[in-house]
Amino acid sequence: MGSKEEDRYLMLSGLQHFLFCKRQWALIHIEQQWEENALTVEGQHLHHKAHQALLREKRGNKLIVRGMPVRSHELQLTGVCDVVEFHLDPEGVELVGEEGRYKAYPIEYKRGRPKKGLEDVIQLVAQAICLEEMLACRIDKGYLYYEQIKHRVEVPITETLRETVQLMAKEMHHYFDKRYTPKVKTGPFCNNCSLKNICLPKLMNKRSVKSYIEGRLSE
Amino acid sequence: MRKLLNTLYVTQPDAYLSLDGDNIVLLKDQQALGRLPLHNLESIITFGYTGASPALMGYCAERNISITFLTASGRFLARVIGQSRGNVTLRKAQYRISDQERESALIARNFIIGKIYNHKWMLERMTRDYPLRVDVERFKSISHQLDEYLYEARSCENLETLRGLEGQAAWHYYQVFDDMILQQKESFTFHGRSRRPPRDHVNAMLSFAYILLTHDMAAALESVGLDAYVGFLHRDRPGRVSLALDMIEELRGIYADRFVLSLINRKEVTPNGFYQKENGAVLMTDETRKLFLKAWQAKKQEMITHPFLGEKIPWGLVPYVQALLLARYLRGDLDEYPPFLWK
Repeated sequence: MGSKEEDRYLMLSGLQHFLFCKRQWALIHIEQQWEENALTVEGQHLHHKAHQALLREKRGNKLIVRGMPVRSHELQLTGVCDVVEFHLDPEGVELVGEEGRYKAYPIEYKRGRPKKGLEDVIQLVAQAICLEEMLACRIDKGYLYYEQIKHRVEVPITETLRETVQLMAKEMHHYFDKRYTPKVKTGPFCNNCSLKNICLPKLMNKRSVKSYIEGRLSE
Repeated sequence: MRKLLNTLYVTQPDAYLSLDGDNIVLLKDQQALGRLPLHNLESIITFGYTGASPALMGYCAERNISITFLTASGRFLARVIGQSRGNVTLRKAQYRISDQERESALIARNFIIGKIYNHKWMLERMTRDYPLRVDVERFKSISHQLDEYLYEARSCENLETLRGLEGQAAWHYYQVFDDMILQQKESFTFHGRSRRPPRDHVNAMLSFAYILLTHDMAAALESVGLDAYVGFLHRDRPGRVSLALDMIEELRGIYADRFVLSLINRKEVTPNGFYQKENGAVLMTDETRKLFLKAWQAKKQEMITHPFLGEKIPWGLVPYVQALLLARYLRGDLDEYPPFLWK
């Protein structure tokens, strides 16, 4: 796999946008539009703390690594894991420069509390798939740490979730190759969208411009 | 909808603009004349040879605050804008269409339709509001004439023909422009457009209003990721914001002309506020320019319902919304570009 191919890789963090709204994902990742709001700034602040890449901790049987860049050739996605914990475990794999065998557990930091939707889970599963490819290992669970409850939630990496991630990645690449920004059904979730002012969700349910112009001209 | 932020107009030619923290500071002889937080501003327009510090320009460039330098009389000198928004896909669509005559015409005709339509309804509104002051029959007959140009423009797919239609429609509109001046007739009369330089009070104000509108439009286009210099109706010419000029066609009458007319008709400007150069050029005094800018800012705050979106927005956001609608058309979300058809 040459570097040219890797140019095609999409951002792993886009999965959560894509699950929230395909159009929002396209506006950010295809059209490169971005507007800050209070929520996005808060999120960045949190990740800044989690992403101190030079912080490497060893606590007993655990090795804690922050801001680890990952990618998957299979998904053609690339991103950064907030935290990866390696636990000493005879069933694990060997790591460069470390003694013993380790099992890897990705941990993603999120502001707020656990969500009803799958967006956080999906992102974590994709990170797990990346780590599996890069470490040639099997990852059976990961964790989501929520700032507001100051607690981590265990997430099993199931077959169903893996398949969902694969299908999503495929669809994202399909849109990206065509540079196509899909039109989507709008809903109350549009009010929480940081791109509302650029997306103009109202346009989705609008009558045609042709009828607007002709209606006005015939008045 | 996005929030309408303020424009800072600096009319003091010997002021120097500098940055202090998150504030802009106006200096004169090393003394601070004033200080404003920058987060409330979306653009800065300076008149005369006002200087600005590189630090301020950098700060503004990063935060999408445009700085425009105009001469004392309002002629464009330069603009400082930051890195263009990353939207390459949108810009490529814009360039591709701009290179194609027919596809350009399909967009350009809606600019022209917007322009003629809005002129027509300005005339209709005059006959409704002032039946005793204007020659209703004459206004109606020109309005009918404009209807015919509208009809022709609707199916026109050729830029030359479109420019011809626009020229004829404008000629008719200007026939009754002077009749829309209802007050101070002895000092404010309109004998046709004169530019470079404007040769009467009315033209001096029209030119100035178009400059402000063009600035607002260019800034709006850049902020949605479009290239203000690449147009569809106006062909590229180095240094000319062709797309901004295209886009203000539909707003000239309804936004700028009506603004100027109301300043005269409400007697907010008086003939004393102007002076004439030896060569016949008419200029506004500093006081008139300040009053003009203040009224322009006030106009931007007035709320309207956008005719296509059906959403309540301030007048000042109209350039931004039209820029956004054009971007959404170029990205395939809309079947045509929806002009601002105001009634």
